[in-house]
Amino acid sequence: MLSVSNPLLVVEHLTMRFGGLIAVNDLSFSVGRGDITALIGPNGAGKTTVFNCVTGFYKPTEGRLALARSGIAAAQDVADLTQSGAQHKQMPSGDIYLLERMPDFRIAHKAKVARTFQNIRLFQGMTVLENLIIAQHNPLMVASGFSILGVLGIGGYKASEQQAVEKAKSWLERIGLIDRADDPAGELPYGAQRRLEIARAMCTDPVLLCLDEPAAGLNPKESLELNTLLRSIRADHSTSVLLIEHDMSVVMGISDHVVVLDYGTKIADGTPSEVRNDPKVIAAYLGVDDGDEMNPAHGGAK
Amino acid sequence: MATTNKNDDGFNWAFALKEAAFAAIITAGLSFPILALRTDMDISNKLILNQRWSWLIVAAVLVFVGRLAVLSYAARPKSTRAASTAPQSDSSKFIAKWISAVGLLALFLFPIVVTSALGGQGALKWINNYGVQIMIYIMLGWGLNIVVGLAGLLDLGYVAFYAVGAYAYALLSTHYGLSFWICLPLAGILAATWGVILGFPVLRLRGDYLAIVTLAFGEIIRIVLINWVDFSGGYAGVSSIPRITFFGLPFNDNVGSFSNFFGLTYSPIHRTIFLFYLILCLALLTNYVTMRLRRLPVGRAWEALREDEIACRSLGINTTSTKLTAFALGAMFAGFAGSFFAVRQGFVSPESFTFLESATILAIVVLGGMGSQIGVAIAAVVLIGGTELLRELEWTKQIFGQDFDPAQYRSLIFGAAMVIMMIWKPRGIVSTREPSIFLKEKKSVSGDLVAEGHG
Ligand SMILES: Nc1ncnc2c1ncn2[C@@H]1O[C@H](COP(=O)(O)OP(=O)(O)OP(=O)(O)O)[C@@H](O)[C@H]1O
Ligand SMILES: [Mg+2]
Repeated sequence: MLSVSNPLLVVEHLTMRFGGLIAVNDLSFSVGRGDITALIGPNGAGKTTVFNCVTGFYKPTEGRLALARSGIAAAQDVADLTQSGAQHKQMPSGDIYLLERMPDFRIAHKAKVARTFQNIRLFQGMTVLENLIIAQHNPLMVASGFSILGVLGIGGYKASEQQAVEKAKSWLERIGLIDRADDPAGELPYGAQRRLEIARAMCTDPVLLCLDEPAAGLNPKESLELNTLLRSIRADHSTSVLLIEHDMSVVMGISDHVVVLDYGTKIADGTPSEVRNDPKVIAAYLGVDDGDEMNPAHGGAK
Repeated sequence: MATTNKNDDGFNWAFALKEAAFAAIITAGLSFPILALRTDMDISNKLILNQRWSWLIVAAVLVFVGRLAVLSYAARPKSTRAASTAPQSDSSKFIAKWISAVGLLALFLFPIVVTSALGGQGALKWINNYGVQIMIYIMLGWGLNIVVGLAGLLDLGYVAFYAVGAYAYALLSTHYGLSFWICLPLAGILAATWGVILGFPVLRLRGDYLAIVTLAFGEIIRIVLINWVDFSGGYAGVSSIPRITFFGLPFNDNVGSFSNFFGLTYSPIHRTIFLFYLILCLALLTNYVTMRLRRLPVGRAWEALREDEIACRSLGINTTSTKLTAFALGAMFAGFAGSFFAVRQGFVSPESFTFLESATILAIVVLGGMGSQIGVAIAAVVLIGGTELLRELEWTKQIFGQDFDPAQYRSLIFGAAMVIMMIWKPRGIVSTREPSIFLKEKKSVSGDLVAEGHG
């Protein structure tokens, strides 16, 4: 296991069972602060399930997911918080959240973990701009006095909304969709929808951005643009990225740390070059031909 | 059907005639027992069979012609069809802008114009049966539009909140002598509370399941009102509910009444006109609040919820409280409308709050175009006004003879109109969605992209 000096998220003994099926089996890994961490593995390995556990859409059967929004969480503090039964505490060593105890929307709101979906989930009937404004729901909700003051026209909602629009505009410029701001999201081409979904997630100001196969279905040029976008996100924002990807050019090109899953179990964990040369990974995943011959059920890379 | 498109410019007559003949034969086959044969009793009370083959022929011919018309309409050249679905032209945008302004002005002038044109007695029917009645349904439609149209939660028991509001005013005023103006907000709050009470258990349900539970909830409220006689008076309901006053001045012939105070000659039309303006203001309040909320985080969250609930949660939106606010707010407006209903009728009973009412309000929302305020208003005018107009079909007797009873055909015409409407405009009268915010140019979103919600 790669030792991460300043982990943002520490996953320990994560297990997720669906009836008899063990989708994730005793998985432990860390996501470094400011890193791009890739989670790879053959189809059905359990990658999306890990995401769903991290973002609260599934409640893990077992395991601990400790996220330190700031500071370097000391093991003792995490243990104390686990004992106390609370979801979150400002500990001396950091602002620690136990994600397995929190409902999905609180993870997004409080722990600041944002995500995209394997099958794009935009608000199709709403405009591109509206999609980005809705992502800023929580700060706007406060600014509008939970909409009560907003209805009465009291308070500084207008100014906050203007700020939200500015932020949306800056993201639209970055993803090259500023000219389509007033078009419905469902009318965008596929690649643009993928970028918009990432921008929407970024509008929540996340500390951790989880991307589920962002390059799926993109052509090589769009794939390259995506690489640039992800690098710039890491460079310009204090956002760490957790990435599921089948496209090896993306994974090897931009990630600092790669975790490999097979049948829900971790089979490798290290830098891209370490993982690339790991015989187990070659057998299970990268060596598509071998993998297919030995284990047709795996399906190999897409 | 595929063969209709064989050649795009020419109309495939052979195919269309075959289709139409087929439809006519099916009509004849299905309807001959009802149309062609009729059992009557003769003078000695014996059953005899009358034959009316001409009816059957008329029906078959009508279906033949209708089917042909539909087919030729569907086979129009592509270009004309594209033009009809092209993005909003400037003129239609202009119309959309003015239709609400003109409509509003017309509504405010309506009682004055009608009274001066028809005099007190003649105007009463128009203001009461058409004006007030339609405005109640516009308000209810706008209230339900929050829940169904914006938040995408299918609520089949909306009338329950209308009932809560009506009984709230009826009971509070008869037992505690509270005035309408105190009861109105109380009725809204009570109905909203019930909205939350209903909301909590059904939050996890989606789609059909939500619809069934809300339907059951509506029935529960009605059945409780029927059976809890001590509380609600059972079937007999609550009567002699205090009538509306002009901020304390009663509408009657006595000293200190409205007409006395303003030096007018007493006429019952005064009360009706006041009621009209009251419901107009309440409805406009509903509209105003909804329109504002659409531009506020809560309203945007409702629409986002309708589009994709999972995406909402991934963005940190608390979908539980978002749904509850939609339920509560929709219920509150129904509560307002309910207490207006009680003060207008002076009498409430469970019979006014049947499932049919919920269905009518839902029909208004669906027909209007889910989420569109102006569409809902038009649909209410058409549906409720149309039903009222169908009461006045006495003149048809001159065509069909004195035995003809037009009232019997009301439901048939109503149903047929709904079916035709849904074929012609499946997404309702206003099928586009107006974005709540725009950067450069406001473009309507086509209804095909907008989700209907899943519960
Ligand atoms: N809600 C669920 N109920 C039952 N089984 C599930 C559920 N979600 C996932 N699984 C199962 O868990 C296993 C892992 O699925 P998961 O979607 O996590 O794979 P993945 O690694 O994301 O695959 P892919 O590369 O195809 O996206 C699969 O066998 C899947 O059928
Ligand atoms: Mg997956």
